[in-house]
Amino acid sequence: MDKNSSHRLKRRWLKVAHFIGLFLAMLVICLPGLWIVLSSLRPTVEIMAKPPVWIPRDISLDAYRAMFGGAGQGGIPVWEYFRNSLIISITSTIIALIVGMAGGYAFARYKFKGKSGVFLGFMLTRAVPGIALSLPLFMIFARVGIIDTHFAMILIYVALNVPFTIWLIDGFFRQVPKDLAEAAQIDGCTRWQAFWQVEFPLAAPGIASAGIFAFLTSWNEYALASQITRSVNSKTLPVGLLDYTSEFTIDWRGMCALAVVMIIPALTLTFIIQKHLVSGLTFGAVKG
Amino acid sequence: MAPVTLKKLVKSYGNVDVVHGIDLEVKDREFIALVGPSGCGKSTTLRMIAGLEDISGGVVEIGGKPVNDLPPRARNISMVFQSYALYPHMTVRENMGFSLKIGKVAQAEIDTRVNEAAAILDLDKYMDRRPSQLSGGQRQRVAMGRAIVRKPDVFLFDEPLSNLDAKLRTQVRTEIKRLHARVQATMIYVTHDQVEAMTLSDRIVIMRDGHIEQVGTPEEVFKRPATRFVAGFIGSPPMNLNEATVDSGKLVFAGGESLPLPAEFRSKVAAGDKVIFGLRPDDIYPTGHGINSGEATDVHEMQLPVSITEPLGNETLLFITMAQREWVSRMLNPRPMGAGEVVKFSFDLSQAHLFSPESGKTLRG
Repeated sequence: MDKNSSHRLKRRWLKVAHFIGLFLAMLVICLPGLWIVLSSLRPTVEIMAKPPVWIPRDISLDAYRAMFGGAGQGGIPVWEYFRNSLIISITSTIIALIVGMAGGYAFARYKFKGKSGVFLGFMLTRAVPGIALSLPLFMIFARVGIIDTHFAMILIYVALNVPFTIWLIDGFFRQVPKDLAEAAQIDGCTRWQAFWQVEFPLAAPGIASAGIFAFLTSWNEYALASQITRSVNSKTLPVGLLDYTSEFTIDWRGMCALAVVMIIPALTLTFIIQKHLVSGLTFGAVKG
Repeated sequence: MAPVTLKKLVKSYGNVDVVHGIDLEVKDREFIALVGPSGCGKSTTLRMIAGLEDISGGVVEIGGKPVNDLPPRARNISMVFQSYALYPHMTVRENMGFSLKIGKVAQAEIDTRVNEAAAILDLDKYMDRRPSQLSGGQRQRVAMGRAIVRKPDVFLFDEPLSNLDAKLRTQVRTEIKRLHARVQATMIYVTHDQVEAMTLSDRIVIMRDGHIEQVGTPEEVFKRPATRFVAGFIGSPPMNLNEATVDSGKLVFAGGESLPLPAEFRSKVAAGDKVIFGLRPDDIYPTGHGINSGEATDVHEMQLPVSITEPLGNETLLFITMAQREWVSRMLNPRPMGAGEVVKFSFDLSQAHLFSPESGKTLRG
């Protein structure tokens, strides 16, 4: 065998090994998700069976039917929870993005006193575990009288997300060369126009990804929501999962069904937006 | 009509002054180059004219009116950046028409003007591409096109050629010169490359440490440098500059070697004065091989050994050691010459310069 073909063979083997490695990694990541979907379709007996039943024998959509069936048939107010989750997540994401853009831009472009101190402070708030805040938040919110409202949850999630969006968006604005905004100003733009015409479109993919992060954080958050929300007025989907636990039993099937319902919008949104996350858009702006 | 005038222009960052009150008058339609080593304040000065940098003191006037408080967009200027600063999310056409679109010019008019500029710069084929799909030279041309389309009173260039390779640089340099002839606007050009400054401009402003060292035509700054710094900065290879002491009609160098004191300076210095003696490589040459051989009037000849030769084809640079210092000589129509060979050199003292070692100023007066 000559050198060329042995080299080719080696490359092919490497490729196969590469695929096997990738497959195993993806399996580890995807299996729990797959298991949730499967469990939502199987009867509790099968879910709890020991040893586990790997291949489902009895598949039905009963859990979904019951969930949307309303109270009395084992249903939960899933539409209300869904609405609450949407309102709270979307509003808090929009606010966090607006504040994040303003803050991120300021950190990226301006010099001011205590800049690094403020920035570090933002980062430190990320170090506080959310659950540690639940009791003080509960007491304050109870005094103010905003327990069990959308407003309270939006406030919490904005506070939770803003440091992170500022940090992310700061990084994206830093990547947009300063020259571009200056060129736009010379071309006749005001600062404001230069921002919207040039800097914003270039940082937009980054801002979108910050938006995804903020949305998913609010959408999936459980610890704080479980303390502050009380009723269908403001309960979000993660808290709604608890409706499937009762004193002595847990309806695993129903819980998994609700989890699937929760995952779908998040997955769809991420999928839609990530298509727009075209990186390397700024390439070619300046020398290169 | 847009002359640009700087009056006592100052830029400081905190307590540090980077531009120390410079005065400059740029005439209408003049091409002026600001040149100097990095950190001399030339870019800062340009950015103050553009309105991208706050003015700490003094006045910038464009077209006779102070513009200190006007934002860049109200100054009717165009600027070509070192990095080109093309908008990556727009096509070449959109890039060039951007200023007109912002200015709410009718689309038909935008198209005409963009196409006109594209024709001048030979960009017709690339109008629908993005900047990332263009080569460096093409991006440079788009940046110039964007500047032209606006029909500004003043063009500002911030080291526009420094990202291009050497061959392209000479080519675009010619294009800029042609552009100036064509658009008849005032142009202010910042560069650290003295060759660009010399070839392009009507007048050159040589800056150093936030001060203007000299303003003059390329010929003036080359032939009659006002300071030792200008003498060393303009011209390549740089002027030979060495310290000497005046002694009864002679300039005595370290090691006791001497040259006659050039006639022009006899009344300007006294015995015992320390001076900096400057002579360009063009004015030191193996006898008969000089650029000014024919018309030299005050020639001193000397036998000296050559230490290194650098042949360049039409000329050869010779490095010679005299007075414990290395001097560079330029030999035209070179003949083969080996290191160590002793050659008779002509020193054309009519072209010599003397500078004060303290102030660095010329002693020509």
